[in-house]
Amino acid sequence: MFRIKVPRYWRHKDFRYRLNAWKCNHCGEVHFFKPLVCRRCRLREFNKVMLPETGKLIAYTIVRSPPCGFEEQTPYIIGFIELEDGTRILSQITDCYPEELKLGMKVEVTFRRVREDDPDKIIAYGYKFRPAI
Amino acid sequence: MSDALIVNSYNVAGMLMFRDYMVKMNSVIILGYGGYVPRYRVRAEEIARVWGEEQTGLPVEEKAVASLDEDTITMAVEAARIALKRAGIPPSRIGAVHVGTESKPYAVKPCGTIVAEAIGATPKVTAADFEFACKAGTEALQFISSLVEAGRIDYGLAIGSDTAQGRPRDALEYTAASGAAAFIIGRDKDKGVAEIEAWTSYVTDTPDFWRREYERYPRHTARFTGDPAYFHHIVNSVKALLDDEGYNFNDIDYVIFHQPNVRFPFVAAKLLGVDIEKVKPGMVAGTIGNTYAACSLLGLVKVLDQAKPGQRILLASFGSGAGSDSYIIRVLDGVELKRELAPTLEKFIERKTYIDYITYAKNRRKIIM
Repeated sequence: MFRIKVPRYWRHKDFRYRLNAWKCNHCGEVHFFKPLVCRRCRLREFNKVMLPETGKLIAYTIVRSPPCGFEEQTPYIIGFIELEDGTRILSQITDCYPEELKLGMKVEVTFRRVREDDPDKIIAYGYKFRPAI
Repeated sequence: MSDALIVNSYNVAGMLMFRDYMVKMNSVIILGYGGYVPRYRVRAEEIARVWGEEQTGLPVEEKAVASLDEDTITMAVEAARIALKRAGIPPSRIGAVHVGTESKPYAVKPCGTIVAEAIGATPKVTAADFEFACKAGTEALQFISSLVEAGRIDYGLAIGSDTAQGRPRDALEYTAASGAAAFIIGRDKDKGVAEIEAWTSYVTDTPDFWRREYERYPRHTARFTGDPAYFHHIVNSVKALLDDEGYNFNDIDYVIFHQPNVRFPFVAAKLLGVDIEKVKPGMVAGTIGNTYAACSLLGLVKVLDQAKPGQRILLASFGSGAGSDSYIIRVLDGVELKRELAPTLEKFIERKTYIDYITYAKNRRKIIM
């Protein structure tokens, strides 16, 4: 059975809950989790930024053979989203059937259960995107 | 503080009762509000079809069903984010997050901390969960209002959220629904949506509905549901509030009662002598079901989505066990500007997809493997 790494998930909660990311002070590269060095310019100074809550869907796939921990939600949609500031993010798309998907459609962030199939019964909450209301 | 110590007496339903607190509030303002209803609906007719029951005279038309990835916490966050958009305050200024619910995802681990973290209110915040069946949301609102009024916090967030459980084939399965409502409370009158003028409570030990620990579904004493539970508590709490504060129904433009079905609020209105036209605008149960701790608060959200400045709202919740909280709320000038800042409740109610009983059973984890 899949086991959620509670400390690791918890350390990333700022991003998973609120899309709080880290932006390199030098080159502007956005990192979802706080890095030691910037992957683009290798400098070490970052500012915390809140990513936009809306964007557009630029690619997607339907997952029918899921990894452990996602069986109950199958089939589900994974989308590649371009946020309003140009940041690109991979996310599950919820509140949406595959036949409703359109490339370029406006999506917005929401807060959902991501995984819960865990022997320790911890629930992993985090962001997903849905068609904009 | 001296007002809080005044002991007064009044007569309710023939009983002499004593009060040791005043119900009037001083500058407690709703700065933002938000309602959330999940996308999925199951028709009451579909539930009746599965169980071979009559498809006429059902308590609601349809009810809202949370998705597999939703629960009380996620819906509370949705409603809170909408309320924050309308309030226009930084979440870090919120000093208290109270969540009223009877469907906590964890038996031990507060919903309030996760909600507070998800909206960015942590760490300088107090967080707690309230449980009082369907009135847990208005109970959370009482405590947030009181903290703000006492000056202990600048802003507070009160939420009612539930993914209500109904035992398969039980009468409650037709109505037990999912939804959330959230209110940001502060003291800035010029930025306010509405002012909470007064509240009171009426509580007795009445065994009309309960759920023991480790049990999946609640049980109820069916013949207690109307009287002595719902009608007795709502009527007496409303009478107490009006008598104490000198209001009468001519001062009130909208009346919102807890809605376990579409009939009870109108019966309560008749018992109190309220014009049913004042009740209709706040009715939500017919199309989304009974969202328990969120139910009467979603009625308030719906009314705030249409009310005009200066109008007055009477809100009376009901929670099994049993009790009722009544509020007098006056709509302020800010309502018209602020309601445009986020989606109205009607948008969430109209955003619906019908599912069949088996999908509903899967979404609500009624299928045990």
